Amino acid sequence: MNQTMLLIIVLAPLLGSIIAGLFGKQVGRVWSHRAAIAGVSIAFIVSLWVFKLVVVDGETYNQQVYQWLQAGSLSLEIGFLIDSLTAMMMVVVTFVSLMVHVYTIGYMHDDDGYARFFSYISLFTFSMLMLVMANNFMQLFFGWEAVGLVSYLLIGFWYKKPTAIYANLKAFLVNRVGDFGFLLGVAAVLMYAGSLDYVQVFAQAPDIAEQSMIIIAGQEWSVMSVICILLFIGAMGKSAQVPLHVWLPDSMEGPTPISALIHAATMVTAGIFMVTRMSPLFEFSETALSFVLVIGAITALFMGFLGLIQNDIKRVIAYSTLAQLGYMTVALGASAYAAGVFHLMTHAFFKALLFLAAGSVIMALHHEQDIRKMGGLKKYLPITYWTSLIGSLALIGFPGMSGFFSKDSIIEAVHASTIAGSSFAYFAVLSGVFITALYSFRLFFLVFHGQERFEIHDDHKPHETPAVVTVPLILLAIPSVVAGLLVGNMVFGDFFDGAIFVLAEHDVLAHHAENYHGLMAFVLHGLMAPPFWLAVLGVTTAYIFYMKRPDIPEKIQQRFMWLYKVLDNKYGFDDFNDKVFAGGSRRVGRLFWRLGDQILIDGVLVNGSAKTVGMIARVVRHIQSGYLYHYAFAMILGVWLLLTLFVA
Amino acid sequence: MIALSDYLILGALLFSLSVAGIFINRKNIIILLMCIELMLLAVNLNFIAFSHFSGDMAGQVFVFFILTVAAAEAAIGLAILVVLFRNLNTINVAELDELKG
Repeated sequence: MNQTMLLIIVLAPLLGSIIAGLFGKQVGRVWSHRAAIAGVSIAFIVSLWVFKLVVVDGETYNQQVYQWLQAGSLSLEIGFLIDSLTAMMMVVVTFVSLMVHVYTIGYMHDDDGYARFFSYISLFTFSMLMLVMANNFMQLFFGWEAVGLVSYLLIGFWYKKPTAIYANLKAFLVNRVGDFGFLLGVAAVLMYAGSLDYVQVFAQAPDIAEQSMIIIAGQEWSVMSVICILLFIGAMGKSAQVPLHVWLPDSMEGPTPISALIHAATMVTAGIFMVTRMSPLFEFSETALSFVLVIGAITALFMGFLGLIQNDIKRVIAYSTLAQLGYMTVALGASAYAAGVFHLMTHAFFKALLFLAAGSVIMALHHEQDIRKMGGLKKYLPITYWTSLIGSLALIGFPGMSGFFSKDSIIEAVHASTIAGSSFAYFAVLSGVFITALYSFRLFFLVFHGQERFEIHDDHKPHETPAVVTVPLILLAIPSVVAGLLVGNMVFGDFFDGAIFVLAEHDVLAHHAENYHGLMAFVLHGLMAPPFWLAVLGVTTAYIFYMKRPDIPEKIQQRFMWLYKVLDNKYGFDDFNDKVFAGGSRRVGRLFWRLGDQILIDGVLVNGSAKTVGMIARVVRHIQSGYLYHYAFAMILGVWLLLTLFVA
Repeated sequence: MIALSDYLILGALLFSLSVAGIFINRKNIIILLMCIELMLLAVNLNFIAFSHFSGDMAGQVFVFFILTVAAAEAAIGLAILVVLFRNLNTINVAELDELKG
């Protein structure tokens, strides 16, 4: 492995982005997408090679590529750290990105911003690769902000749509809150470790863990807990954890391909990746781990409920993304980093698949997103139907599918964990299984089965989408099924050795590794475990509610109107933010405008000084009478004054 | 024998009279000019008195210079007065407030 290869991986998508973005008009639509896809393909192929070098040949790489600046002992550099974690992320990111690139040819076919869109998603791939390949906090932060920027640009891609502009502003502002915490965390790392380089910082972790700091007088806090919680606040923003999750459902205003790539598969998992990367720090702070665990559990449980009542196809999937991110976060909190990252990988495949399938449905129905106006699409969209089924089964954790292995690992890990809050988290992830199954198959049945409720345009029956759409679906369906087979290596094996650090007393996965006897045994055990039965129960419930007896959910809705209201208001997070934070800052702004600007600056300083001069002048003006004898008198008076002063 | 102080008192009186004339006079600009002349003469008187009592002739030479300057000044002053009258049709001091901004 050498530097050139790694530079090719990051720079090829950037080049594609530049060609499509800056020269899109000159080279035309076709060459725009060719350039972008070529860039990402190169990155994908070289990533695969790097993955092979890391996993098969056991190589790792950690070197500085370029020093940006040196200020005292602080050195800001660009460098790459390639180990098994990075290599896996690189393959996942470039693969999903490539699929989405190809899919976009079909989805954005009639859009005016075609080249611009390709430019953005290639730029995103570049940013995400910079983030995962970083070997220091500075570059991590660069990638972190760059993916945030692209996310902002893409949510507001249709910039003439007011809701899209509102959504991208919201995403940007909410992420600011998280990034502020993240930046403080990085600053704290620099302050206590004196370096931004991962390896150097991690080496000092045990020392830092013993120190304490005083932020509020009289309260001593562990430095490590403060650092980890601050870093995790960054992850909460990016990975949409309660209470900073509010931007993710709204981000569905963007085009579907980016919902799949950025807001499901890769960018939102940056927080999970970051915490995993920082495992040598988090391991030394039980407080931070508990915090992570509880936040994750709340997200996993409560966001799932919201998916039950949404009618927008993309929003249902968005809420399931939130819940799955909660699962990953729970895994991190339980120190089962490997399980969390494994779920990240499988989730990237099947959630991208589900989103792209949803996009395919949306295309077939001429941009209709309301699931109440779908139904019975099975016979019109066979490929989309089957791939969706695979995606949904993977999502609910059906034994044998990728999601089963990753989700079961998490649930078992949480079960074994003894950290504070783990019993609540176990309850949350277990109930989450039922809810996930319920809303996934509610969506699935309402879209593909039952009566045909869609409007037919010009006698066109909906028909299967073109190959550029269906091929990515099929290619994503494959890893959605088989990726789970890696569980033995990734979660229970030594795949992540050297990349993830777990203290012996936290190592919940090691306990399971002893009981792990091959894939078949795992599947068979899964068939008897409660998560499987909960999932089956969820699917059955969905079938009864939405296929057989549609009157039951309506009755439940009327019976528990208050509960429905609470869910419909999304627990009031949006209202709260609107009233308290947005309204509050507007009121503060108005106060400053009135008091500071209008009264103090305009009133006192600017107009006030002018008025003072005017007032003095109005008085003094009367001295200038114009009469000779007045001036003569003044002269004499002056002479007299000077004489008395200096002579007498 | 007339003492130096007598001359100085006379000079001071003349000077004060002319200053008062400048202030009090609201009628005629010619009186103003005359008052200025009178001021100069009061100063001349002082010069001569000091010169005489200190036995230094330089003071009296000064008086000649001042008289010359006063004559020139009177000529210019009267010329200005003529122009003033042509332009404004008055030489009444109370009406001359053009200096006001």
